[in-house]
Amino acid sequence: MSKIYFTDEHEWLKVEGDIATVGITNHAQEQLGDLVFVELPDVGTTLEQGDDGVVVESVKAASDVYAPASGEVTEVNDALTTDAAIVNANAESDGWLYKMKLSDPDQLDELLDLDGYKSLIS
Amino acid sequence: MKTTPFHELHIAANAKMGEFAGFDMPLFYSLGVMKEHLHTRQQAGLFDISHMVHVQISGNETAKFISRLCPYHADQQTVGQARYTYFLNDTAGIIDDLIVTRLGENRFLIVANAGCAEKDVAHINTHAVQFDVAVEILPRAFLALQGPLAGKALNEHLPVSELAFLDAIEPKEGWFISRSGYTGEDGFEIAMPPDMAVDFANTLLSDERVEWIGLGARDSLRLEAGLPLYGQDLAEDISPHEAGLLWAIPKDLREGGDFNGAAALAEKIATGRTRMRVGLLPDGRPVRGATELKNETGGTIGKVTSGGFGPSLNGPMALALVDVSAADAPIFADIRGKLIPMIRTKTPFVPHNYKR
Repeated sequence: MSKIYFTDEHEWLKVEGDIATVGITNHAQEQLGDLVFVELPDVGTTLEQGDDGVVVESVKAASDVYAPASGEVTEVNDALTTDAAIVNANAESDGWLYKMKLSDPDQLDELLDLDGYKSLIS
Repeated sequence: MKTTPFHELHIAANAKMGEFAGFDMPLFYSLGVMKEHLHTRQQAGLFDISHMVHVQISGNETAKFISRLCPYHADQQTVGQARYTYFLNDTAGIIDDLIVTRLGENRFLIVANAGCAEKDVAHINTHAVQFDVAVEILPRAFLALQGPLAGKALNEHLPVSELAFLDAIEPKEGWFISRSGYTGEDGFEIAMPPDMAVDFANTLLSDERVEWIGLGARDSLRLEAGLPLYGQDLAEDISPHEAGLLWAIPKDLREGGDFNGAAALAEKIATGRTRMRVGLLPDGRPVRGATELKNETGGTIGKVTSGGFGPSLNGPMALALVDVSAADAPIFADIRGKLIPMIRTKTPFVPHNYKR
């Protein structure tokens, strides 16, 4: 059973047990435009909530993607290193960025649910 | 924020808007930067460039005045010819880069960058008092139509088929067209009275070859064409010699003349430059403006002035200002401590396609 959370920085987290899959929202990819490069963290990196874990480069600009929670990176989506456009096509599924082992699951309580995120971007 | 006469059309076309030089401008439309860029290289892209400023100089001493402001022989310029040039300050730094067109024996048009409009007009007025000239800022809507099909699309409405690159005409009262642009493609810049702007744009857009193109693709197109952007690649502390723009100055004027900045420029050319503009191909990832450049031993040798991804190049590219002594050795971009190899290359990154 997984649960989806959102941040007001336009990231999503799908949490299963203590593992969270992290990505940017469809709304975020629309705002960024065509992505051409994604810089992923190394597996094993420890991220604190708010650290810039990922850099996404669109045709027009580079943007940091902040870690939505604290934890250790356990897996990254290598497919993005050769085709960043996957994020544009499927930001909230195949375009996931990395997985992390959460070190402080209580942080999730402060994040948004789907309805909360929808009202943020509406 | 200021708006252009085409503002309502951008909103109707679903543009993502953003601030540029005090104007609310379209960054990209529904197509997105990548497709807009490629459309311009393949068909015809329509750009709102009304934020640029049109200054008309007229009067008996106009040619003499232009030759004071800009480092070229304006008295020898043919009527109906546009020219790339710039204003220099007393230390031979670039105040702005411009297109100056001779419209008549005693009438010239200066088209300047939006971000420099205020200081340019002040600069012009300061020097104008010594000459018998009148300075007038023209209220104009301004479009660029760029791409290999731009000529065919525009010629259905205005007589442009006979124009070659940098030829200019005034087809109607208040209208001005030059075969020029800032994408590396064949194309036109078309000025018109603001009250005719929306109808004319809609006429062009009814042609299926023509699409609106935003500032995002305008930037990737000009960068692929190796064209410097004022405020990034050009600035008041960068000389034409450093910027690789001496080609725009006639040879005899490089050793001195009556234009502003002549003495400083001649001295700089005689002493030689310590920095130079180069084209670089980053290995694998885009490297943005202001990124520091390093040599093999980690010493700072310059910085990226413009960088991004080139959709037609299908890879990242950058313009940079680097120390001349380090320009022929390996160059690296320092991205948060990670050193990215930067391969020196000739510009343009994508060949120009002008109609000579």
